[in-house]
Amino acid sequence: MGRIEKVMSEPRTLLDKIWTDHVVCVPPGRLPLLYIDLHLVHEVTSPQAFEGLRVAGRSVRQPGHTVATVDHNVPTTPRGTPIADPIAALQVETLAKNAKQFGIRLFDMDSPDQGIVHVIGPELGFTQPGMTIVCGDSHTSTHGALGALAFGIGTSEVEHVLATQCLPQRKPKNMLIQVSGRLGHGVGAKDLALAVIRQIGTDGATGYVIEYAGELVRSLSIEGRMTLCNMSIEAGARAAMVAPDDVTFAYLEGRRFAPRGRAWDEALSRWRRSSYDPGAKYDVVVEVDASRLAPLVTWGTNPGMVVPVNGRVPDKNELKTGDAAGAARMLEYMGLEPGTPIETIPIDRVFIGSCTNSRLEDLRAAARVAKGYRVAPQVRAMVVPGSQAVKRAAEQEGLDRIFQEAGFEWRESGCSMCLGMNPDILQPGERCASTSNRNFEGRQGRGGRTHLVSPMMAAAAAIAGHFTDIRNWQFR
Amino acid sequence: MQPFRTHTGRVVPLDRANIDTDQIIPKQFLKRIERSGFGEFLFFDWRRAADGALEPSFVLNQTRSKGASVLVTGKNFGCGSSREHAVWALADFGFRAVVAPSFADIFATNCAKNGLLAVVLRQEEVREIVERSAEAPNYQLTVDLEHCRVSDDRGFSATFPIDEFTRHCLLEGLDEIGLTLEREAEIAAYEAGLAQRRT
Repeated sequence: MGRIEKVMSEPRTLLDKIWTDHVVCVPPGRLPLLYIDLHLVHEVTSPQAFEGLRVAGRSVRQPGHTVATVDHNVPTTPRGTPIADPIAALQVETLAKNAKQFGIRLFDMDSPDQGIVHVIGPELGFTQPGMTIVCGDSHTSTHGALGALAFGIGTSEVEHVLATQCLPQRKPKNMLIQVSGRLGHGVGAKDLALAVIRQIGTDGATGYVIEYAGELVRSLSIEGRMTLCNMSIEAGARAAMVAPDDVTFAYLEGRRFAPRGRAWDEALSRWRRSSYDPGAKYDVVVEVDASRLAPLVTWGTNPGMVVPVNGRVPDKNELKTGDAAGAARMLEYMGLEPGTPIETIPIDRVFIGSCTNSRLEDLRAAARVAKGYRVAPQVRAMVVPGSQAVKRAAEQEGLDRIFQEAGFEWRESGCSMCLGMNPDILQPGERCASTSNRNFEGRQGRGGRTHLVSPMMAAAAAIAGHFTDIRNWQFR
Repeated sequence: MQPFRTHTGRVVPLDRANIDTDQIIPKQFLKRIERSGFGEFLFFDWRRAADGALEPSFVLNQTRSKGASVLVTGKNFGCGSSREHAVWALADFGFRAVVAPSFADIFATNCAKNGLLAVVLRQEEVREIVERSAEAPNYQLTVDLEHCRVSDDRGFSATFPIDEFTRHCLLEGLDEIGLTLEREAEIAAYEAGLAQRRT
């Protein structure tokens, strides 16, 4: 007995705790079967999964653990007008049909709770500490900000979870990212996320679940933690997490689908056991010093190609190390000369939105920059709230007026120009300051050139017409 | 799922690192609700100019790629979006195996669910294959999952790691959902315990 207690009290990583709690069984010669507490579903990666169920005559095992919304395809123009693209419309209708047939809760286009799946999950209180959460979308890592093990899956796995509420999974390895220092004025969670990717590389965390720790991470709001966890997939991570604390519990209390009354008290005591254990053993520990972090801007076509806003596009000598041919190709695609100062790069478009940066705090930060200014005449800028609830809250605070008076377009919620599945896309050659997560070739539209930045940096770029150091901004 | 035991096929070298799933299948093709027919959209923006004309310089448009079934490429292949459409496009085009120094996690899992073998070789072995294929347009590789070995008929041979469960499922072409459903009793017991713990 004494020995068991000792084992039980040994410090464990958050991944280890959640993993152990969710292993249903380990069939001989097979992978452990992991139970899934919450399955988020959207219109793009689910139709083939539901069709698979129908073909095999299977049902959804736990419709109550499954939540669907439409986000990728939906237009951000005023609601009520039909989707112009017939193929997109069919996909949205198909989800509605599937949700109805299999008894799944759906937040459809006209729902007051519609939004980007990774925004509405936490917002409505579905996402909770200690849970296992999956979704057919790589940015599912976002939910780890509340101390859940949340990861993206493909459509075959979506079907698997629908049918069995389980997934055969190999246990990922543990990576601790210990962040020290303090974020300076004008530097936020987005800059920290980009700095992590710059430091460990776009495949630096492949096979790992990242647990973020350190005082700086504790000092971030839940929304900031979401931005950080969201972009961990761009470093290859299977998932990313922040152990839950009082900030997490305060965020969750009173949300519509969070536990209430006695159930809340019980949940709290359960969740507190998922706290960060100093002394737990990680396979890899990475130290990130954020004290001298500047606002960052990507210059290339992957999110690890990052420089400070007061820096330059790498010069020819710097590009010679590593994949020189690849770097040359990238610069050609981006239409940039080596050594160009970032602040001299003019932009055509600005996109403030996406599951990375479309929550209320992001919009507040951007609005504070935009207040009293006008978007540069050659720039087209749009703000796309992450959900209808974010949109309403922002409007209550008058953020919509600040944006519109400054010349930003104020849109309906959805994924929008982060991936351009709806009509919001870049034209070939257009250069965009974007708060989204991927600067891949063609991501925001064929031939489009994406630079990833924070919401404040995006708003400032819209007004200046080029990238500008937010640390020198004159707020009005 | 189509089983994978051993396969010999012509090689397409695509010597770039970090090829993301947005390149493998651009987003405009994700709106379909079917699982088939994605092959013609594979690497669409690289294969076709803005006016839709084929780009003759892109390897997939060259004669050597006709009937090819083994893609050899750079590290971190399949990074980015979880879209399984990337795997469907590769498989629909005719690829049976992709050889690279590393793969992104979700992509590798998606491959396994579709009978597309993701083969991890060392960087120098991948480079050797790329060089050999540059010299011989008809260059072929044999990918043998039973012995976890990649070889050509000119003396190249390398083994690759793969976890036993994935290998077993691929060799037998197993329906993984069916396997999980065999554990109904355990799942039900877990759910019963869950309900108890949470009330």
